[in-house]
Amino acid sequence: MTFTWSDLANYGPGFLNAAGIVFGITICAILVSWATGLAVALGNRSELRAVRGLAAFYVWFIRGTPTLIQIFLIYFGLPQFGLRISPFTAGFIALGLNSGAYVAEIIRSGLSAIPKGQTESALALGFSRRETMQRIILPQVCRIIVPPITNEAITTLKNTSLLSTITVVELTLYAQTIIARTYRPFEFYISAAIVYLVLTTVLSHLATRVEKRYAAMS
Amino acid sequence: MSAPLLKIRGLRKSFGETEVLKGIDLEVGQGEVVSIIGASGSGKSTFLRCINVMEMPDEGFLDFADVHFDYREGARARPTDAQLRALRARIGMVFQSYNLWPHMTVLQNITEAPVRLRGVPRREAEEEARALLARIGLLEKQDAYPSKLSGGQQQRVAIVRALAMKPEVMLFDEVTSALDPELVGEVLTLMAQLAREGMTMLLVTHEIDFAREVSSRVLFFDNGVIAEDGPPDAVLRTPRSERLRGFLARMLHRDAIDTAHGETPA
Ligand SMILES: Nc1ncnc2c1ncn2[C@@H]1O[C@H](COP(=O)(O)OP(=O)(O)OP(=O)(O)O)[C@@H](O)[C@H]1O
Ligand SMILES: [Mg+2]
Repeated sequence: MTFTWSDLANYGPGFLNAAGIVFGITICAILVSWATGLAVALGNRSELRAVRGLAAFYVWFIRGTPTLIQIFLIYFGLPQFGLRISPFTAGFIALGLNSGAYVAEIIRSGLSAIPKGQTESALALGFSRRETMQRIILPQVCRIIVPPITNEAITTLKNTSLLSTITVVELTLYAQTIIARTYRPFEFYISAAIVYLVLTTVLSHLATRVEKRYAAMS
Repeated sequence: MSAPLLKIRGLRKSFGETEVLKGIDLEVGQGEVVSIIGASGSGKSTFLRCINVMEMPDEGFLDFADVHFDYREGARARPTDAQLRALRARIGMVFQSYNLWPHMTVLQNITEAPVRLRGVPRREAEEEARALLARIGLLEKQDAYPSKLSGGQQQRVAIVRALAMKPEVMLFDEVTSALDPELVGEVLTLMAQLAREGMTMLLVTHEIDFAREVSSRVLFFDNGVIAEDGPPDAVLRTPRSERLRGFLARMLHRDAIDTAHGETPA
């Protein structure tokens, strides 16, 4: 069988589908990571020692173990406790929890960059600590963390390729499947790479727009 | 004289091992303007911050209008979180660093607290904020973000932000210290106006001339106690203690140096 670049077109819909899965998992994982990251970052400043300890442990564990092991723990480990979840769900939860530790560190450094006077002036007016955090501090943290959070989102997107190991038919596994049939690794891996590039570029572009919006508001 | 608006008795505060306030007693009547002077580290800021409980005193009593707090360990009148917030909402405080919120416009900075804490309808809060801005000549800046304002303008907006809560007393902690000399005047002018209108004020300041002009009373803080307390002329012109004489001489000397460098005397 002779293979030409034009044959790639036949696989266009398949790639598109796989890209959709990558995108979907990334979005879900990002949402999980933001929620986890915020909780861990705030946990870090808790008055309760146990909560601070838990937050520190979380970051220590996630940063000190391979992402692949974390994915396996969720996908293969949880069913042992009667929790059966699809590869897709296991995938975004694992990647989200993983990224959450890094997001927590980003939010933590963002929080420490806000001058103490910002909190003081709000408390002095009568705002509660919670209102101060929600209305005054976090909105400011959001603006300064856009660049590192974008990097983190891009890392998460690229990490979806690890989910090929738990049978999520995302781009990498899709490419492998076709390659097994066509014996054309170069063409299909480069195609997959290009699709990843498009997706990461879209993410960066979105982030730049958010940054510009913020810049106009200060 | 009717009952004082603010009455503080036996107020003590330590940070770790260091006792910063060593038993402060003070009564401030409605409309009084009390200037607080004293060397760095004498406890002036800590005292102001204890009044609106930005710092929790270790001991002592506070009476403010109808509020009564007893700070002693285990006391029944020890304030709850909600009571603290309610008190702070009635006491305006302005800081050395203006602390405007950079992600909100000038108007939002001013309306945020009245709308969220006093339940003032947004429209109404905005009208009031505009009236306040017009008064300080900054109406055209209502939609600007704080970073677009000069230090003096930011500090005046910070004062107005506190005023928007209709406070019963205002606390000023060295509010002109971070300003370029040429911007100090506009802030002091606004404060003098408030004083004339009968606002009860406590201000920590290094501006001795200003203290003499606007205050009804001057306190000299020394080492965590009120060492002298009296009308500005008495305290500033005929200090009783050697410590205050020395302090005033140092302030004069500092002003002389500033002037020699071509700056406006503080
Ligand atoms: N949060 C804190 N923790 C520990 N020590 C503190 C704290 N706040 C103030 N202090 C200490 O308490 C003492 C009094 O501080 P304070 O800020 O009240 O002085 P001040 O009279 O306002 O001085 P300045 O003129 O420099 O503003 C200082 O020795 C200061 O280091
Ligand atoms: Mg001070």
